[in-house]
Formats: sequence, C-alpha cells, structure tokens
Amino acid sequence: MIATIAFYLFATLTIASAIAVIFARNPVHSVLWLILAFFNAAGLMLLMGAEFIAMLLVIVYVGAVAVLFLFVVMMLDIDFASLRSGFTKNLPFGILIALVLMAEILIAVSAWKAGPAMSGRHISATAQPNIVAFGQLLYSRYLLPFEIAGLILLVAMIGAIVLTHRKRGDLRTPNASRQIRRRPGDAIKLAQPGVGEGMKL
Amino acid sequence: MIGLNHYLAVAAILFTIGVLGIFLNRRNVILMLMAIELILLAVNINLVAFSAYLGDLTGQVLAMFVLTVAAAEAAIGLAILVIFFRRRGSIAVDDVNRMHG
Repeated sequence: MIATIAFYLFATLTIASAIAVIFARNPVHSVLWLILAFFNAAGLMLLMGAEFIAMLLVIVYVGAVAVLFLFVVMMLDIDFASLRSGFTKNLPFGILIALVLMAEILIAVSAWKAGPAMSGRHISATAQPNIVAFGQLLYSRYLLPFEIAGLILLVAMIGAIVLTHRKRGDLRTPNASRQIRRRPGDAIKLAQPGVGEGMKL
Repeated sequence: MIGLNHYLAVAAILFTIGVLGIFLNRRNVILMLMAIELILLAVNINLVAFSAYLGDLTGQVLAMFVLTVAAAEAAIGLAILVIFFRRRGSIAVDDVNRMHG
C-alpha cells in the first residue's frame, strides 16, 4: 500500500518537473526542476530495489551535472528571451510529434511479451544487499567495460579542459629561462661621463 | 500492485517529454542538453525496471555506464557551448552553419 502511494508520488513529481524543465521561462528554474526530476527518479529506483543506482543518480546528476549546468547558465551572459522566439511556432508541430511518438511507444510496450525463458520470473529475494551483488558483478564480469568507462571520463575531462582553456595576454608571469640566461655584462654598464654632459641611457 | 508496466509507462512519458523539449527549444542549446539528460534518465528507468523484473543485475550495470556517458556528454557539450558563446556572443544554434573555423 505504502509502496503504491510512493510510486504514484514519485512518478507524478518526476513527470511534472520534467514538463516544467522544458516549459520554464528562466533556464535557472529549468535546472532546478531538473534536479527535482532526478531526485524523484532516484526515489523510483529505490522502489525498484536498485539502491546503488539511486544514490549514483543523486551524486552524479545532482552533484555534478546539474551544478555544471547551473555554472554555465549563470556564467554566460545570454539573452534568453530572444532564444524563445520560435517557441509558440514550434508548439503545435512538436506536440504532434510527441503524441505520435507516445502512441508508438505505448503500442510497442503493450505488444511486448516476455520470451518463454523469462516469463514468470520475478524479483528473487536475494540474500546479498544490492550494492554487494552489484560490486561483485562490476569487478568480475564487467571489469573491462568498467575500466573503459573510467577512460571515457578521463577523455571527457581532458577534452573539456583543452576546449575551454585560453591563454591570457594580461598576465605577467616571470620568464625563468630568460632570468637565468641574463649575465652581468648585459645588465651593468660602466661609464665615465664628462663634466656637464648627461648620461646617455 | 505496481508492476513492470507502470515503470515502463513513466519512462515512456519521460522520453516523450525529452523529445518534445528538443523540438520546442530549437534555438537554446542549454535546454536541448537538459532534454537529452531527461531522455537518458528515461532509458535508465527502463533498464533498471527490466533488471528488477528479471532479477538480473546486468541492467543496473548498463544503467551505470549510461550514467557515465551522460556525464561525459554533458561536460563536453557545455565546454563546446562555452567556446561557441565566446566566439559568437550568443548561443542561438539555428545559424551554426556560419561557423567557419
């Protein structure tokens, strides 16, 4: 009973905040609705018994991706009002496409039927907690894909740094090799100016 | 009783909302990226729902990889967005074909 109520609560809130993400006027509000959607999706995953994925969703999406979005939205000085100009023009066509897609997915889901090998199998009450089983699977059978996932993250990090890094012209950093190469002969000049003549520099 | 079909319906609705978001905000790249995140979230819900239904953890492992790729994609996409904004002073993407080097 309580699981049913929780499911409908999380599902309604997820869908409502997803709708608010794409219809909000202010992009900062969009990001905040996105965070709410992720929290509720994490609740849905908790209901399904996938505790590790639920926590990962909160940490990765809310903690990293949403904050990244917030940074970019706030850092760039963008005129968002002008970007919404085609919104009402696209609305009828977009909703038509969405309805067609929705109907297709619903037809596909209702026509779906589990194969003979799978039908009738339900969630077995495992003795292990979710995260123990997950870790054992991840570090044995899926070790190579796991390593490759780490490589993908490394490449993404290096790529983001290389793309956005720029040399600044207004910084005065000491040039060490030029300082070391400097000899007394370059720096000191002995001169004996005559009386009444100035020093020529 | 909440079964597999309930979760699949939620994921289907979320996926459709994501696609609708891409169609509606054709000029705003930031919102398009957020819509892509919504689509990937729907895919993750599907994966985890089938994993729970079949009693097989492989779906959850796959959901974790989807999460990884989504994070990498968001980082790279936003980096490209930042340099695009620096060069053009705007993020309207309906005239990107004028981006010459």
